[in-house]
Amino acid sequence: MYQFNYVRPKSLDEAVALLSKADDPKLLAGGQTLIPTLKQRLAMPSDVIDIGNLKELAFIKAEGNAITIGAGTKHYDVATSPDVNRHIPALAHLAANIGDPAVRHMGTIGGSIANNDPAADYPAACIALDAKIHTTKRLIEADKYFKGMFETALDAGEIIKEVTFPHPDKAAYVKFPNPASRYAMVGVFVSKGPWGIRVAVTGAGQNGVFRIKAMEDALTKNWSPDAVAAVKLPADGLLSDLHGSAEYRAHLITVMAKRAVAAAG
Amino acid sequence: MTVVSMTVNGKPASADVEARTLLVHYLRDALGLTGTHVGCDTSQCGACVVHVDGRAVKSCAMLAAQADGANVVTVEGLAVNGELHPVQKAFKEHHGLQCGFCTPGMIMTAVDLIRRKPELDEQTVREELEGNLCRCTGYHNIVKAILAASQDMR
Repeated sequence: MYQFNYVRPKSLDEAVALLSKADDPKLLAGGQTLIPTLKQRLAMPSDVIDIGNLKELAFIKAEGNAITIGAGTKHYDVATSPDVNRHIPALAHLAANIGDPAVRHMGTIGGSIANNDPAADYPAACIALDAKIHTTKRLIEADKYFKGMFETALDAGEIIKEVTFPHPDKAAYVKFPNPASRYAMVGVFVSKGPWGIRVAVTGAGQNGVFRIKAMEDALTKNWSPDAVAAVKLPADGLLSDLHGSAEYRAHLITVMAKRAVAAAG
Repeated sequence: MTVVSMTVNGKPASADVEARTLLVHYLRDALGLTGTHVGCDTSQCGACVVHVDGRAVKSCAMLAAQADGANVVTVEGLAVNGELHPVQKAFKEHHGLQCGFCTPGMIMTAVDLIRRKPELDEQTVREELEGNLCRCTGYHNIVKAILAASQDMR
């Protein structure tokens, strides 16, 4: 690791102030991506601003027809939340299968979507559930938030405060995890709700999470695993690496989508 | 340099370290608690698992500074007055270790697991161990030991 200044603000306001003052700062939430990145010297921030202990960012609120999750909430707390399990079990299931138990005790939802790793799980949930991302500056619709691999709509100096997930009528997330890292080789989140029907895919796209309109249309006509089974995807624009070719991932998307629709019931 | 203080195995600890010091190095090098191991150093193997504020975490994927003010328990903190923890006893009884390198992380993960899920079955234990690797591939007896410990602790 390169040297850096470590600071631990006592409030979100203080974190924003520190962020604007520092030369080349990085926010540290759970650190399950950032610390390994720093260890490999793939990043050289001047300041590491640790917001991982901010109580004001760690909460789960069930209000009306939505659940709002503070950006600093750990995956373990989402996975075991009675409210999340009751209203959006697909989201609890997703959180329960990120990384391993020790990673889930540290990693946060805000860290995951701020980083926007193309193989992260949460981006698929945000897109499929029409989530609203609240930051220190504004509200961003999930559809307008994810801008490509490791790219988001966040400005420098903007911090995610919370994410609101409306209750779906039906939803499920199924992933094919890489056996070593547990990152999604392909993960498909399907949902049916006030927003219509959505199919969001993570792990496979060169530009990160994306929706499949052909599957959404097929499910609108006929909500069944067979409807998505008939939709084959081209390999164009999909990731190809030592874990799997673009063609393999294209095939996996249809298989995972089928399983997700079956799981959603 | 930054002074990082925490409670480790019930006792106050403090050391002046660089901001970039990992928790595992703080424990091993600054405090001399070498029971916690560095295996892969890429947060895959789990040999470095300790408990921070009651939760199992990988101490090679956490800065010591992040644990400032926290309550940390390492494998050295499990035995009480020389009496091994039931999970330690079960690992001994069921030969849950071969070379022993992964054992501290396995045991800390197991203690955390039994606390979270007192009713365990083999499938659950195997799934929950996905963040802990045994280079001797001695999983069979590790799983047996954890199941036996969970029975004893009921």
